Amino acid sequence: MLGPNGAGKSTLLDVVLGLLPLSAGTATVLGGRPGAGRAGIGYLPQRRNFDPGTRIRGREVVRLGLDGNRWGVPLPAALSPSARAARSRVEEMIELVGAEPYASRPIGELSGGEQQRLLIAQALVRKPRLLLLDEPLDSLDLSNQGAVAALVQRICKREGITVLMVAHDVNPILTYLDRVVYFAAGAAVEGTPREVVDGPTLSRLYGAPIEVLEASDGRLVVVGTPEPPAHHHDRHGAAG
Amino acid sequence: MSSLVAALSLNPVSDLEQMTAYPFMVNALWAGTIVAVMAGAIGWFMVLRRQTFAGHTLAVTAFPGAAAATLAGLPLAVGYFGACGLGALLLAAVGRDRGSSTANESAAIGTLQAFGLGLGYLFVVLYGGQLSSLEALLFGSFLGITEGQVQTLLWIAVAALAVLVAIGRPLLFASVDGAVARAAKVPIRALSFGFLVLLALAVAATAEITGALLVFALLVTPAATAQRLTARPGLGIALSVALALLVTWVGLTIAFFSPYPVGFWVTTLSFGLYVAVRLIEAIVSRAALAAPGAPEPEPT
Repeated sequence: MLGPNGAGKSTLLDVVLGLLPLSAGTATVLGGRPGAGRAGIGYLPQRRNFDPGTRIRGREVVRLGLDGNRWGVPLPAALSPSARAARSRVEEMIELVGAEPYASRPIGELSGGEQQRLLIAQALVRKPRLLLLDEPLDSLDLSNQGAVAALVQRICKREGITVLMVAHDVNPILTYLDRVVYFAAGAAVEGTPREVVDGPTLSRLYGAPIEVLEASDGRLVVVGTPEPPAHHHDRHGAAG
Repeated sequence: MSSLVAALSLNPVSDLEQMTAYPFMVNALWAGTIVAVMAGAIGWFMVLRRQTFAGHTLAVTAFPGAAAATLAGLPLAVGYFGACGLGALLLAAVGRDRGSSTANESAAIGTLQAFGLGLGYLFVVLYGGQLSSLEALLFGSFLGITEGQVQTLLWIAVAALAVLVAIGRPLLFASVDGAVARAAKVPIRALSFGFLVLLALAVAATAEITGALLVFALLVTPAATAQRLTARPGLGIALSVALALLVTWVGLTIAFFSPYPVGFWVTTLSFGLYVAVRLIEAIVSRAALAAPGAPEPEPT
């Protein structure tokens, strides 16, 4: 899901999660009303990094995604088979995202890319059918952006998960997308990246001249979007 | 504060016999034990949630509560628990889950704290300057804790810890990762309020022993030290409780055999522990830097 800030991308995710009622129209998520199939959805909200003083292991953060909403306290793995199963599921996810080297360190001390890998593991730990990622590359440097985008694509192909990713910057993820929904000016267009990320289509949507250039490696570069890039965090104060 | 200074014989058995020969000392040891367990566990969550300022404010509101109770001729516990409960309600009203920013929240909490201290001073003045227990209200006393107080503390601690066990896992989730917890239908606001009430109970109970101003010796320092030592939640809580018990028992023992007050010893011991842990950490990380290629020490 692409589009400028304030177009309603994160709001749509809230609707899919069942956190926000629709004022008009209907929504169906995994064959039911939004919120009913919550267990089938993994969610990674737009990330501010963890406070450096958060002294909880990455492993525990992944585990909270599995059973953090259950009352009580977890039993030690030595006493209960279900706790052993939970632990092995957590280890499997940590391995899947390649976070073994740092999963036992306090999450606040990890880099943005390391935190993001653990949070993807957390979103995947309940074996969701649908994975919602809100600006997962936002706080990462360029090399980590590519690596995390590739990781997400590899996992969704291997585990058969539908990934719905919100992004305001097209370039780092363009090569990994199957379909694109582009929101702007109260409307949206949907299609393959080539159909949607296209000069005339985006110009119609924005009501302003937009050019899409193709680089020599086949990647598309959108030029001229009327988007002030410095303000993309403001929206969350209002939406959250 | 303690007028009787017993002689330390350096024989642990006879020293212990000497201490426990006094009923007030037995009561103090029981009350200290109960309070240390409660403060260690609840304090661990308070440090994790970065609500130490809120905790401090609750401690400060305990002072006007106790002063008002003295003025009205009520038991001190009524003042401590009443004022802390009221403080928890006020904090929840200005809290971060009502949509105010962290900066607004701490400003509002600070205002509340100043007002609480002012009220406490007013009650002391109204009492006519004859409030001999003022020092005890602020800095604690282990003299004069009754068996009835110990029993009340025990029931409150059992209830508070039972609630903490029941909400432990979602509270951890909400504290570490609020946005994801909210999406997973964890009742963030109810938990936040419930935790403030638990915190108020822990503060009020601790204030009876350490006084309003020294509550943090048991509520913050053991928890902060435990969090430096381990990033495992279960182990961290156990360690926090163990450290709180250690400083309470050792502090009470030293205070019994010395002319200096218990509040001083408990704070000094927990401060010493914290400094020692930070120093060891600094030395270890220096050593790790000095040896390039050495594997990073894994906190377990």
